[in-house]
Amino acid sequence: MSMTMSQKILAAHAGLEKVCAGQLINAKLDMVLANDITGPVAIKEFEKCRVSRIAYPDKIALVMDHFAPNKDIKSAGQCKVCRDFAEANGIENFFDVGRMGIEHALLPEQGLVGAGDLVIGADSHTCTYGALGAFSTGVGSTDMCAGMLTGECWFKVPSAIKFILRGKPEKYVCGKDIILHIIGLTGVDGALYKSMEFTGDGVKHLSIDDRFTICNMAIEAGAKNGIFPVDDVTLGYLKGRFKRKPIIYAADNDAEYEKAYEIDLSSLKPTVAFPHLPENTKTKDSWGSIKIDQVIIGSCTNGRISDLRAAAEILKGRKVAKHVRTIIIPATNEVYLQAIHEGLAEIFINAGAVISTPTCGPCLGGHMGILAENERAVSTTNRNFVGRMGHITSEVYLASPYVAAASAVTGRLSSPEEVVND
Amino acid sequence: MIKGKVFRYGDNVDTDVIIPARYLNTASENELACHCMEDIDADFVTNVNAGDIIVAGDNFGCGSSREHAPIAIKASGVSLVIANSFARIFYRNSINIGLPILECPAAVDAIKAGDTVSCDLAGGIIVNETTGERFEAEPFPEFIRGIIADGGLLKHIERRLK
Repeated sequence: MSMTMSQKILAAHAGLEKVCAGQLINAKLDMVLANDITGPVAIKEFEKCRVSRIAYPDKIALVMDHFAPNKDIKSAGQCKVCRDFAEANGIENFFDVGRMGIEHALLPEQGLVGAGDLVIGADSHTCTYGALGAFSTGVGSTDMCAGMLTGECWFKVPSAIKFILRGKPEKYVCGKDIILHIIGLTGVDGALYKSMEFTGDGVKHLSIDDRFTICNMAIEAGAKNGIFPVDDVTLGYLKGRFKRKPIIYAADNDAEYEKAYEIDLSSLKPTVAFPHLPENTKTKDSWGSIKIDQVIIGSCTNGRISDLRAAAEILKGRKVAKHVRTIIIPATNEVYLQAIHEGLAEIFINAGAVISTPTCGPCLGGHMGILAENERAVSTTNRNFVGRMGHITSEVYLASPYVAAASAVTGRLSSPEEVVND
Repeated sequence: MIKGKVFRYGDNVDTDVIIPARYLNTASENELACHCMEDIDADFVTNVNAGDIIVAGDNFGCGSSREHAPIAIKASGVSLVIANSFARIFYRNSINIGLPILECPAAVDAIKAGDTVSCDLAGGIIVNETTGERFEAEPFPEFIRGIIADGGLLKHIERRLK
């Protein structure tokens, strides 16, 4: 019986030769993650438990990123709970202000996750690490707590949908446009409980950052995980970074998929998800005139160095519109420093944008750029639900860094070509 | 036996409207309950009574992995959520913390806001007491029934590790 790439990773971690869709298994974990919001709930459960011992402290990561640097006294308390817990239990991978970054940019960068891994995280965007050829999925705090206690997690082996990517995307079309296009096709529950496996000759044209962005938003199609095959791009990224040996799994040629989509990357256009669901996608010709108040460039979806470079390419020598608050959030300190070295920070500040410390902040309506009543933002983040970034009448338009930067310049939702050809 | 008044919602009810992130600076069940469903139904907290039931469409609980969402629903007094389907993390979280959930599209189709509904969870039998209609929900796999019977995931693990 043949298996998908995701199924092979699950089988190996469950000590089984074969698994099939629908099977319930118990599998050993390579990394268990929580943040300053989900961590305290997991720790509360841990402390209630009669068998309170950590199975593998080195396989746990706690990242203070959502409301950090602490936005209020209660948030400070939540970080303190995590800090004290890490200290008491010998958890080395505790990332606080100064060492922290947005978790799903930070863990790959620090070499804590890599090809062949099985990872759970108490954060829905844990699916990001599929970009590296890992099976990685979001869970809640209680599952995370169980992972800390046992080093294992139960899974229902998922069936899969195959996305065959063909051709090379045009200039200004990047990972964000690709995944928004895909969610537009599948809908927000089109991949519910399933794996999204990306394959095809188009994969080689996608940078590792594009792949992170695509896998990051697999959850926005309802998926359990998103995953890319491991190639030279993956291995090049992992080299000198990943602390363990990459293990390469590939789907069997005759693996069963519930459905297959063939996507011609060369035909895609800049794509934006309109309020209030990531599936409400429109390409640039049908955007109309949408006046905006704020632009966010950052998050676990698009806060990496290539995202900042894309934004800087548009903003260089230009000014953001007077009425648009433009907030750039490098996802990690490494990204921040690189942006300074490359002169990107100067470009942003000269353009009239502001640069924040790494944080999830405004993406989930936490801090660092909350929207007032009826305000609109173009944002490189991942969700545009009602009230996601602030007041329940505010609106979020999900876009690539190119589109976000171009929109900051014009003051309305705009494609990069509009600005560059001006 | 569960019995309560129905609160009816549509498709894709996300965890941001169930419990907005501005309230996630606490892990306190009672504090979270005070803001349950706030961004989709501002009157929910005032109107809900212990035992009441939420009925919704597809993909209930989509979005964030925040366990605060099922915690807030449970702590607000809701005894059961019936939907066409649940987002997978919400599904796991509900089982893990002991919030009863059932998938039953036929019941979702027929039940209206304000109806009184009763349910025998073990048998998955849902009765609309207002209309007399009776529905049967999809039973849980045996493994998940084991977690529910032990009183949640951690109790289940405690038993295993002892």
